Amino acid sequence: MTAIDPTAHLTAEQIEELGRELDAIRDEVIAGRGEKDAAYIRKVISAQRKLELVSRGVLLFSIFPPAWLLGTAGLSVAKIMDNMEIGHNILHGQWDWMRDPKIHSTTWEWDHVSPSEQWKHSHNELHHTYTNVIGKDNDLGYGIMRVDEDQKWHPFHLGQPLWNFLNACFFEYGIAAYDLELGKNLHKRRRKSPEFRARAKAVGRKIRKQVLKDYVIHPLLSGPSFLPTLAATFTANLVRNIWTHSVIMCGHFPEGVQVFERRSIKGETRGQWYLRQMMGSANISGSKAMHFMTGNLSHQIEHHLFPDLPSNRYAEVAVKVRALFEKYELEYVTGPLPKQVFSAWHKVFRLSLPNKEPKVKTPDRGQEVVAA
Amino acid sequence: MTSAALRSRAWKLLEMVTTPLLPSDYLDLISPLRAGADLRGRIEAVHPETGDAATIVIRPGRGWRGHTAGQYVRIGVDVDGVRLWRAYSVTSPTNRQDGRVTITVKAIPDGKVSNHLVRKAKPGTLIQLDQPTGDFVLPQANPAKVLYLTAGSGITPVMGMLRDVEFDDVVMVHSAPQPQDVIFRNELHDLVADKKLRLTELHTDTDGMLDIAHLAELVPDWAERETWACGPAGLLDAAEEHWTEHGVQERLHTERFRPGIVVTGDGGEVTFSATGKTVHADGATPLLDIGEEAGVLMPSGCRMGICFGCVTPLKSGAVRDLRTGEITEAEPGVLIQTCVSAAAGPCDIER
Ligand code: FES
Repeated sequence: MTAIDPTAHLTAEQIEELGRELDAIRDEVIAGRGEKDAAYIRKVISAQRKLELVSRGVLLFSIFPPAWLLGTAGLSVAKIMDNMEIGHNILHGQWDWMRDPKIHSTTWEWDHVSPSEQWKHSHNELHHTYTNVIGKDNDLGYGIMRVDEDQKWHPFHLGQPLWNFLNACFFEYGIAAYDLELGKNLHKRRRKSPEFRARAKAVGRKIRKQVLKDYVIHPLLSGPSFLPTLAATFTANLVRNIWTHSVIMCGHFPEGVQVFERRSIKGETRGQWYLRQMMGSANISGSKAMHFMTGNLSHQIEHHLFPDLPSNRYAEVAVKVRALFEKYELEYVTGPLPKQVFSAWHKVFRLSLPNKEPKVKTPDRGQEVVAA
Repeated sequence: MTSAALRSRAWKLLEMVTTPLLPSDYLDLISPLRAGADLRGRIEAVHPETGDAATIVIRPGRGWRGHTAGQYVRIGVDVDGVRLWRAYSVTSPTNRQDGRVTITVKAIPDGKVSNHLVRKAKPGTLIQLDQPTGDFVLPQANPAKVLYLTAGSGITPVMGMLRDVEFDDVVMVHSAPQPQDVIFRNELHDLVADKKLRLTELHTDTDGMLDIAHLAELVPDWAERETWACGPAGLLDAAEEHWTEHGVQERLHTERFRPGIVVTGDGGEVTFSATGKTVHADGATPLLDIGEEAGVLMPSGCRMGICFGCVTPLKSGAVRDLRTGEITEAEPGVLIQTCVSAAAGPCDIER
């Protein structure tokens, strides 16, 4: 809802043509999926498990500082891999085509306090369908932040840099609360609904298991290294949380990313849906290692266009997608991680203060069709 | 505490250590064939038999319970990254000293798995296994006279039997297009030379198909023999008719390899087997909508193919992906996104 609609120069036909071109890119990857891709995800999973095993093993001796450092670093990386390149992408169904029940969106459980099932609903279904639509996509500000000039300012927002920082540190808990839609569900009436209770119970169970593992069992196994191991796991979770939070902030918050009004998606066509994904996401540029550690969410734009394509293919897809951005004269928001993180944080700070109501409103793209 | 209880306690503790994964997820990295693991096997060798058939030597995991001669085993093989399951007869004898088992596979035209196994499978590859099964087996008491009636790759379960148990009086009538197409030809001829088998080898390219009505010319006492027949459906149908006509159908044991081919078309009868509803679906409406209209509780989410919130097992039949036109046929473990799939012929959705 910036003052100028950056897609205003496109005709309806152009938008549909763009949609067809994107479909063609998707079809090509799907037709070419095969053994190499399957080998890739298997290799990543096996590497992650070995790294975690070894790191946890080293932490048994974390009373010695070098062991602590090494084990903590290893565990942090293992947790990031589990969360990003493996968990997030498997839960998107990116690897369902392999028909391997062990690497499947319906069976995968990740090292995270939010149960996979709930996360899939809020992330795959709500966030990916309604990307950046204010009031529908809760990812926008996670319900605790103001992320657009048009949103009404409230004194509560003064604290949002702090909320955001705390959310970054305890991100997995933030996500679990968010998947439960805690804010909305804490009203008395909703709190009692059996459906909500069942989901809250599932989260409680998952948290108990995760905490027991990280903060009781593994420290206990370490014997005299109890406290250092405890500190190490805490640190690894913190590192993972801050890292994933940063990567995810870069996906939709940097300056230049568009948000949309609820009304604008009524009767949205396939082309328009694609266009919204393109304008509502931002990438991170960097090395191969960087892409890997972000779970290829550095290719957030491509991921949002094609959430079910295997992550290892986003890099090659990005070249074609970027060419389409150029062809249709659209801005491909990307930049190195520090720049994007700074940009996102800058926005968080900026919007914590009130601003003047913008005078010009974006014309709605979507036709006003009454929803059937 | 009993040792079993102790072990289960220890296992519980181990599960706490590895949560949310299971201890087996880590153990599989080191020892995928260990006892207690999901049953798998490792391909150790591939021996060509004919131009389009090969024997695959498999070292089964510790959980393998062994087979009875004539049984088949379902194996899950990753072909182009996709796990596909097929059934093959076990061709090794039950008492093989090294504990390996073999299956013998003939590459059929367009057969994804068979072509992969015959031409591309590499020693060292892990495959998924089921326990062997099937009742095309020999009886406990040895019959006095035996007839094996086989054609093409139908010889494979019978080879398992021949290698396993010796009978006093065994006749085999086997058909294959040409001499070089006869799987296990040398071994069969060795058995003949050792007087352990009487063999009639028919080459259908030159001799024409076996006419069951004339079987008596080849095996005059066929009706007295306990018979095991395996081959194409045409042969088995004819055999069943012939044996029934002569009132000796209880002497005939048949094994059919290929279940009905899936017919694909546009739309068809859709059964929601968990709910017990059957409705007609056209070839363009998503199965999600079809189900909901029929009052079946269908899981759903985005309704546009991106959230995977609607995946449901396809138990039989075939569906067409409305975005790509790709056909998916039912196989164990196949799940489909109902919001972007339409019926491509009759199918069964587990809802
Ligand atoms: S409902 Fe979202 S993929 Fe089918």
